Amino acid sequence: MQIGIPREIYPEECRVAVTPEVVSHLTELGFTVKLETNAGKAASFSDAAYIQSGAAIVTSAIEIWESSDILLKVRAPSEHPDLGLHEASLLSPEQTLICFIWPGQNPELLSRLSDTGAYVLAMDAVPRISRAQKFDALSSMANVAGYRAIIESAGEFGRFFAGQITAAGKVPPARILVIGAGVAGLAAIGAAGSMGASVRAFDTRPEVKEQVESMGAEFLMLDFAEDGSGAGGYAKTMSEEFIVAEMALFMEQAKEVDIIITTALVPGKPAPRLITAEMVDAMRDGSVIVDLASEQGGNCELTQPGRVTRASGVRVIGYTDLPSRMPAQSSQLYGTNIRHFLAEICPDKNGQIELNMDDDVVRSMTVTRSGEITWPPPKIETAIPAEPSSSPPPSIVTSPVKSPEKQNNVTTLIGLGVVMLIILGVGAVAPSSFMNHFTVFILAIFVGWQVVWNVTPALHTPLMSVTNAISGIIVIGALLKIDAGSSLVVLLAAISLLIASVNISGGFLVTHRMLRMFRRDI
Amino acid sequence: MSTGIITSAYIAASVLFILSLAGLSHQERARRGNLFGILGMAIAIVATIYNPAVSNYALVIILMVSGGGIGALVAARVQMTAMPQLVALLHSFVGLAAVLVGFGTFLDPTVGYFDIERTIHNIEIYLGVLIGAVTFTGSVIAFGKLQGIINSRPLTLPGRHLINIAIGLACLWFGWHFISMGTLDAGLYPLIIATVLALIFGAHMVLAIGGADMPVVISMLNSYSGWAAAATGFMLANDLLIVTGALVGSSGAILSYIMCRAMNRQFLAVILGGFGGSVSSSSSSVGDQQVISISHEESAQLLREADSVVIVPGYGMAVAHAQHPVSELTKVLRSKNTDVRFAIHPVAGRMPGHMNVLLAEAKVPYDIVLEMDEINDDLPDTDVVLVIGANDIVNPSAQEDPDGPIAGMPVLEVWKSSATIVLKRSMATGYAGVDNPLFYRDKTKMLFGDAKDSMDKVLSALK
Repeated sequence: MQIGIPREIYPEECRVAVTPEVVSHLTELGFTVKLETNAGKAASFSDAAYIQSGAAIVTSAIEIWESSDILLKVRAPSEHPDLGLHEASLLSPEQTLICFIWPGQNPELLSRLSDTGAYVLAMDAVPRISRAQKFDALSSMANVAGYRAIIESAGEFGRFFAGQITAAGKVPPARILVIGAGVAGLAAIGAAGSMGASVRAFDTRPEVKEQVESMGAEFLMLDFAEDGSGAGGYAKTMSEEFIVAEMALFMEQAKEVDIIITTALVPGKPAPRLITAEMVDAMRDGSVIVDLASEQGGNCELTQPGRVTRASGVRVIGYTDLPSRMPAQSSQLYGTNIRHFLAEICPDKNGQIELNMDDDVVRSMTVTRSGEITWPPPKIETAIPAEPSSSPPPSIVTSPVKSPEKQNNVTTLIGLGVVMLIILGVGAVAPSSFMNHFTVFILAIFVGWQVVWNVTPALHTPLMSVTNAISGIIVIGALLKIDAGSSLVVLLAAISLLIASVNISGGFLVTHRMLRMFRRDI
Repeated sequence: MSTGIITSAYIAASVLFILSLAGLSHQERARRGNLFGILGMAIAIVATIYNPAVSNYALVIILMVSGGGIGALVAARVQMTAMPQLVALLHSFVGLAAVLVGFGTFLDPTVGYFDIERTIHNIEIYLGVLIGAVTFTGSVIAFGKLQGIINSRPLTLPGRHLINIAIGLACLWFGWHFISMGTLDAGLYPLIIATVLALIFGAHMVLAIGGADMPVVISMLNSYSGWAAAATGFMLANDLLIVTGALVGSSGAILSYIMCRAMNRQFLAVILGGFGGSVSSSSSSVGDQQVISISHEESAQLLREADSVVIVPGYGMAVAHAQHPVSELTKVLRSKNTDVRFAIHPVAGRMPGHMNVLLAEAKVPYDIVLEMDEINDDLPDTDVVLVIGANDIVNPSAQEDPDGPIAGMPVLEVWKSSATIVLKRSMATGYAGVDNPLFYRDKTKMLFGDAKDSMDKVLSALK
């Protein structure tokens, strides 16, 4: 099938749906790939690089739209500035379009797309199940956005992130508060932490505490028993009391921190208002706020989407195109998500896609097909793996694991008692000649016990082969019988002499061979 | 030569044997330890040959030279991956020799004992022959299983415990008959029947034990071969045999104990067998369990970018003979200043220390080969863990599924690292037959294929 990638036309959009590397993978899957000229230019991927990876370059956008079976884009279709028509109007029923659609926010676009009869898959509608993680473009983009948010804030913040003690005085580390520990929040925590800032984070979902702490940030706890986890790992709207307590916490934090990164989003709803004008006012001059939710209305009251606002000495960054500000990285991640998805729907690697509506992932992503709007999809309830079912335990001999120490002690005591009794019993009847040998025997066991515990586990195999060799000492038994009167006895002794000799030389030599191999680094 | 001098030679040999085992406490002293062992053995043999009771020198020399020659040939030729088989085979020789010497002693008309001494002597013979017989067939079967001649799945005959108990009782009964017999001829038949029973018992016991428990079996047979030698020492009233047998016996017992502890299993449960082949479905696969596979290039990429790499080898590495490319990979990564270490689980492979020997053969320096307890705490800070043909020893359900068949077994906590690459032929379960949730973790990437082939490809992608 023919894949076509038109140039992104959204103002300032620098990303591209595929990178040259992705093109070569798509070719391996049996697709042919065509790009509009300069499609990757803004993301630093030249036409030449695409041609080298096996793609064709076409100058006309119309040709791409009309001659491709599958269209890959980043942004949703919009009015084309050069052609003077809407991209959606170029679609025909036989075509498949894969890109971000945001069907919830764009009902008009959705009906327009369904009118074309084309099959449209929304990359923003990938369900949050572990199987679909490879295609989860929202997470990849959030990752980039979180990182970039820190970079942007660093650009506006007039100080170091890391604390330093220099000849010119002491510099305290920047204090950063990250609100919302989703993918973007965690990426921001990671980036800020690695630049040396002191990072704290807040989230309504208590279960992310561990993740936050694993990134090296402090998790701010709200002393309030309410869990903010909604379906599919996203947050949900909280109760009023909770919000009051939360706002108090933010007010307190605003006075302390230098930078606030807000990433709070509730799916399908406007972004919650978390940072009020008073809080901004309470921040020190020179502080920075980066609002990652600005496209959805902003977490901060003063955010203006797409712009940097100054308010009482604080800069509020409301860029809505953070991933596009790192186009090469975003395109690489987005392209890989798309490639994984295409690989999933092209199981035979023959360049033909199969869209199976019974597949949860395909079902969720499909927003229109054959003129019908299929969004929103039915809920998937398998997002979080359930507890392992209590199938009957297998019929295997397993010993209970409780208090092995105690059990061992008891066993040891019983064992010792039994051994003592046996020795006493033997001593009561056995003649002294036997008891002499018996003494030697018991002492040798103890010597062996003490010595062998010190053997390093790495040498257990040589230990076995060397003990093997010395147990060839049974050769002595054979030697002592070799001159016995009966010829049968001599025969038996001869055989055991032979095999015991094999044992001795084989055991010692193979041990030697092994030990020679153990060497320290040179 | 007087008895006094022979005895002092024996004392010297005993001390040398102890020093030989003590030498193995460290790699650097280990080779000297082996030389002590050889010296001890030489002293013991020479002293015995000078014993006035031995005069048939021609026969002795022919037999010892040809036996020694065969042993040397085998030792020089054997592949390091085949060490468990060789060790099993050598154990069987000790067992057989003990049986033969036991019969020889019994049939030897020159030995005369009376009353209680005769009874004790008969008990000694009986025990020596029985332990030797069990060691012999047990080791032969273990050899067959390891060599792949015999299916390594446990053979679970119906009522196998009853069979074992019946054999045990029969041995006691024949033992009683044998000991109470006054004459040679009357005692011979109970002894022969009991020997046959013990041979069956040894074979049956090892047949019932699955492949994963082989490290325990090998150590146990090691121990038995020692006890067989000790029993022979008693019947010949020879202290050197007793001492050596006791040393070997306790060494094998310790190894068995270590192996059992490493699997969190009771020794008795292993010996009773049946484990290691039961296919279970305890960790049910609820939800969507998807493995993420990874290509050789991507694996190479991950390794290239990692600062610290831990390699966990398992039996799969031995089977695929992948130790050489693994060693090569280690060299390449270390030349890029990557911290590479090996994590060895006590029961990785088919005998104690199996992995260490293979890595040593491939010239991996031993100071980067660490034990489970030494490295487990470092795994959370490791960038990439490479699991090569290991399964049960890296199974998180040992810690997370308290009802699972491997619950409580100490495992390498590879899932705590930043990324895990698992080299595996297919999604088949390990010997314990337990599904491994590690493979479905987000941080785990599966590299399917033959371990050696995969390692070669990763290596060429890395270079």
